[in-house]
Amino acid sequence: MSATTLTAPPSLVGSFTPEAFAAHLASLPPTLPAWWIARKRAAYARFAALPLPSRTDELWRFSSIGTLTLDGFTLPAAVTSVPHAPSGIPQAAKLVFANGRLFSRQPLSAELSARGVIVDTLQNALVQHETLVREHLLAQPPKLGSPKFAALHEAFLADGAFISVPRDVQLDLPIGIFAYALGATAAVFPHTLVVAGENARVSVVEYFGSGDDTEAQFAAGANDLYAGHGAQIAYIGKQSWSRRALSFQSNSTVVRRDARVQSLNLHLGGRQARHESLSQLAAPGAFSEMLALTVAETGQEFDQRTLQIHQAPNTKSDLLYKNALRGTAKTIFSGLIVVDPDAQKTDAYQSNRNLMLSDDAEACSLPGLEIQANDVRCTHGATSSRIDPEQEFYLQSRGIAKEAADELLTFGFFEEVLNRLVNDDLHEALRTLIQTKFKQ
Amino acid sequence: MSSLVIHDLHVSIGEKPIVKGLTLTINSGEVHAIMGPNGTGKSTLSKAIAGHPDYTITGGDVLLDGVSILSQEADERARAGIFLAFQYPSEIPGVSIANFLRAAQQARMAEGEELDASAYYKRLYSKMDLLKIDRKFTSRSVNEGFSGGEKKRCEILQMAMLEPKFALMDETDSGLDIDALRIVADGVNTMRGPNLGVLLITHYQRLLDYIVPDHVHVMYDGRIVKSGDKSLALELEAKGYDWIKKELAATTA
Ligand SMILES: Nc1ncnc2c1ncn2[C@@H]1O[C@H](COP(=O)(O)OP(=O)(O)OP(=O)(O)O)[C@@H](O)[C@H]1O
Ligand SMILES: [Mg+2]
Repeated sequence: MSATTLTAPPSLVGSFTPEAFAAHLASLPPTLPAWWIARKRAAYARFAALPLPSRTDELWRFSSIGTLTLDGFTLPAAVTSVPHAPSGIPQAAKLVFANGRLFSRQPLSAELSARGVIVDTLQNALVQHETLVREHLLAQPPKLGSPKFAALHEAFLADGAFISVPRDVQLDLPIGIFAYALGATAAVFPHTLVVAGENARVSVVEYFGSGDDTEAQFAAGANDLYAGHGAQIAYIGKQSWSRRALSFQSNSTVVRRDARVQSLNLHLGGRQARHESLSQLAAPGAFSEMLALTVAETGQEFDQRTLQIHQAPNTKSDLLYKNALRGTAKTIFSGLIVVDPDAQKTDAYQSNRNLMLSDDAEACSLPGLEIQANDVRCTHGATSSRIDPEQEFYLQSRGIAKEAADELLTFGFFEEVLNRLVNDDLHEALRTLIQTKFKQ
Repeated sequence: MSSLVIHDLHVSIGEKPIVKGLTLTINSGEVHAIMGPNGTGKSTLSKAIAGHPDYTITGGDVLLDGVSILSQEADERARAGIFLAFQYPSEIPGVSIANFLRAAQQARMAEGEELDASAYYKRLYSKMDLLKIDRKFTSRSVNEGFSGGEKKRCEILQMAMLEPKFALMDETDSGLDIDALRIVADGVNTMRGPNLGVLLITHYQRLLDYIVPDHVHVMYDGRIVKSGDKSLALELEAKGYDWIKKELAATTA
């Protein structure tokens, strides 16, 4: 007969205990505004009260639930060095964060600063640009199933990037943001807030990376993109966390009148990586292009949830998510287009394409529409296909080995997405990055 | 000198025998033309030699310089010197001609060796000029949206870049206009020489006016049933295939 053991109910906070939260608050500079601290406290209370996602939760359909955990992580200490990650892209300014703290920076030119462009830490911006930050920071409620992780992010968000480009200012080069998680059990909460004023133009390249692929880390990140009247934002996010990381990333985009946002998320890292992306087309003429590329390998699950909300007439959204699956990888795509009753003349597209490079991989797709206006053009669809054996033979007949042929065909499959990028340098840099994953 | 020996080759698709005991030796420096009615197995022969996985070799052998290539994957055969110019080349969306040919060149180099990009482009452009292919094509996806003639010219461009020992050219002339036919033929004639053997599959004597063959073979029902010199092609052009079929019926009766 075995001894009876008391099993505690699964902890709702895991490693993120009230003590850890208190220590986090104590580590923040005393200059931060009181409203922010109050919001963080409220967020922590929400986090601690909310349950973890459950199997019956519609917004977590197909997701692995048993592997979600809040245990075994630590709030990491500051570091003295970060991995060398040449981005291959010239930048107008750069902020490097490691374990939630600013590690280094390459400032803007004096000229751009003089024109009112701001690239700074959130901690500084909370003090110096309080109104703007307060208006936009985490202003959109989470709608895609992760209120608990969103609350955790807000509670533990220590520092992040703040980018503001004022009216009529257009940047030629992108702003680079690097967020590193370093240490075997590090938990990080990266955040990037981009506010583009009227007719402003800016591109942002964000890179998420770990020290190495053995680190069992945790990331709950978010970004807010706000494109004012006629503004253009191009956002590229490259998620390269450790292969053993658990990652939750939430993106919220608000597009105002005649503004345009193009975002491309490249998903490479993590053992289980969930990405929630919300685009709100808030005023006539708004256009949001949502792009994603995923290379999923054995031992990885990529879970992507999207929402395109058309709130005004004559708005457009165009989503194209492509996944290449190898080994026993798993991907989930669940997308919803919502067209409000008065959002007539909406153009909304949603497409998820999966390239199955192995018979053992699994791709789940749940495309969806919810249309309340009558004069709209919407299409949505999902497909899964294999490598075409005739194409493969054609490449092999030129001397290219099967694996290299499949890699080339996968690049060909991704090219449709990369071709949407207006910037050739970014296109090339991304190609190189994807290639690196194939070589591993 | 190299040789490609096809010995009593039998090829099936599924359960269906298509090539039924075909024997032919091509030495480098030679051009052999194969003609024959639709559906006799000409493309099957060329794809089987190139290593297409759908074709089952049920008998015989194919030897390159005395070594059987039948156990090799298609890419190994290609690196050993076999090139197939397809009757219907595949379209590869998203893969540019430049990247495709670079990958094919890279595949022929030792591990860790880097392709000299500027030399590569120089060579590529000179071959494109030779075949009068616009340089803009380098950034286009392989064969995607190409006209029939452009696809065929692109096949010859690949052949020129990869410098095979033996080229199997399956109806490279079909779909070409008169000018393109001359350009392609000139291209092949430039490559012709002691280091290249060619198997030319065609339906038209016209091509053989430009690329003059050393030998002409008639393929019928999976076999070579008649061989001769270039005058055989003229005879076929004038008389069609019926007399061959009758001759064959008489000898096998
Ligand atoms: N994948 C396939 N599955 C089934 N039958 C096939 C396949 N490919 C070819 N065949 C058959 O094999 C026979 C020979 O075809 P093949 O393409 O080799 O002929 P061909 O001599 O090249 O003809 P053409 O002059 O029209 O190009 C034909 O009857 C054809 O229908
Ligand atoms: Mg044929």
